[in-house]
Amino acid sequence: MNTTHTVFPQPPEWPAEGNSRIPFWAYTRDDLHRKELDRLFYNGHWCYVGLEAEIPQPGDFRRTVIGERSVIMVRDTDGSINVVENLCAHRGLRFCRERHGKRKDFFCPYHQWNYSLKGDLQGVPFRRGVKQDGKDNGGMPKDFKLEDHGLTRLKVATRGGVVFASFDHEVESLEDFLGPTILFYFDRVFNGRKLKVLGYRRQRIPGNWKLMQENIKDPYHPGLLHTWFSTFGLWRADNKSELKMDAHFRHAAMISTRGQGGKNEDVVGGVDSFKEAMQVNDPRLLDIVPEPWWGGPTAVMTTIFPSVIIQQQVNSVSTRHIQPNGHGSFDFVWTHFGFEDDSPEMEQRRLIQANLFGPAGFVSADDGEVIEWSQEGFEQKPAHRSVIEMGGHDIGDTDHMVTETLIRGMYAYWRKVMGE
Amino acid sequence: MIDFKTYFELLNLYSDYAMVCDSAEWEKWPEFFIEDGCYRLQPRENHDSGLPLCLLALESKAMIRDRVYGVKETMYHDPYYQRHVVGTPRVISVARDLYGERIVSEANYVVIRTKLDGESTVYNAGYYHDEIVRTPEGLKLRSRLCVYDTEMIANSIIYPI
Ligand code: FES
Ligand SMILES: [Fe+2]
Repeated sequence: MNTTHTVFPQPPEWPAEGNSRIPFWAYTRDDLHRKELDRLFYNGHWCYVGLEAEIPQPGDFRRTVIGERSVIMVRDTDGSINVVENLCAHRGLRFCRERHGKRKDFFCPYHQWNYSLKGDLQGVPFRRGVKQDGKDNGGMPKDFKLEDHGLTRLKVATRGGVVFASFDHEVESLEDFLGPTILFYFDRVFNGRKLKVLGYRRQRIPGNWKLMQENIKDPYHPGLLHTWFSTFGLWRADNKSELKMDAHFRHAAMISTRGQGGKNEDVVGGVDSFKEAMQVNDPRLLDIVPEPWWGGPTAVMTTIFPSVIIQQQVNSVSTRHIQPNGHGSFDFVWTHFGFEDDSPEMEQRRLIQANLFGPAGFVSADDGEVIEWSQEGFEQKPAHRSVIEMGGHDIGDTDHMVTETLIRGMYAYWRKVMGE
Repeated sequence: MIDFKTYFELLNLYSDYAMVCDSAEWEKWPEFFIEDGCYRLQPRENHDSGLPLCLLALESKAMIRDRVYGVKETMYHDPYYQRHVVGTPRVISVARDLYGERIVSEANYVVIRTKLDGESTVYNAGYYHDEIVRTPEGLKLRSRLCVYDTEMIANSIIYPI
């Protein structure tokens, strides 16, 4: 029995039970949050920045985010892709304000420093000073070199039309970073077909960013929280399913094949969200047409740590980009896409099934809500901890989804990198 | 253009719709639409870039009813009040068919959200782009497109805009 009567952990120590407990202070501390940005987003990891299809032509750019640092993804004149930090080398302005556009070069309006699409500084006004009455006034010192003052340039990797970048030029290859298991599920979606962007959805979720990674590593909840999943068998405990991780347990794939739905007492007995008599009035919401590239499973949700989730839920596919802002909030940006060879019917089907997902989705709106409520609980009692014991205490791949093993895996990795 | 009586009906359509959205009488919401009417809620960035994705794209009155069922029965969410402030509709065009007028009109809106323990905040701001037809039951929406500026949604949108 704790006799100090404080809910504030002093000192914060990881619970003795190990990875089947997560202390709430892991979600509430600003110092830890900054350490996460440094160790997870800015070093040692590849982060999602966007899709090649968003910048098809030379000069096309799109402003995006890694962790809390604004970056620009741009198509260079030779067709390659550069990612540079959106921060002027002169006095630090976040100079690029448009969300997307087309440019021959970049410039910062304040003193008009001008950068190539690679981020190289090309010119500085008044570099040689200004002549007045036969005298040179001011100007940059003789030893000022343009080469020393470019934009911060990131390492870039593309695969299957998806663009990743890293501030860390020593980072392993994207393929090694993902590992063979996750690479297989990545390539399943991004198998070389040209992507077609269908549009964006954005939401600001008042919760710690890790909660979203956990949400998509938590196959325990979908058949319970989400009526649509339990009632129509899209995702629930009696579906044939597998959970797989990379060797470090940081990334994961939840792989599931739709069952018949309906009443299975073991799975839906007493479940509030299950609605036996529910039918959709407009069957187009569930007009699911299997696609050859699925190779069996009807849904694969892939979490790539720390920055992105790849969604394939029946005919709806998207990337979901995690953009933290402080320990208690993150922006969640959904890019829905299809493939250039989709028939008009398939594109329409993807658009209608998109009603299930996103900030207003029949399924996903609840996820944002429960993350908000989680964070409120954590802030209220930071010395407490959650219980992650479904499926035992171990970490490992499974052939069912009645387990929280992927969350335990993520925290095993997190603790190693964070030294907690 | 339209006569004052029709314009008055149009004003009533806009204000009745807002009243229903704010009073949580969700079953009445589909009744503003004809059978193959549609409701779309779309972020402005998609609309302006010609990208088809919406936040919600309910393509029939039946689908709008499915949303009502979702709002009432299936989506766990923080309860909240919402309050629509809708500007005066601007009639863009009027045509006539066998049944009467077909009106295209637009109106700005602001929706304010109030959570039970919180302050009132601007939740969604945008404009309606509507196609309205005359039916034996009066003017109805053939389509309502809500294009919203508030692209960064404050977590979630559950109730109709
Ligand atoms: S701050 Fe950018 S040019 Fe001076
Ligand atoms: Fe969920």
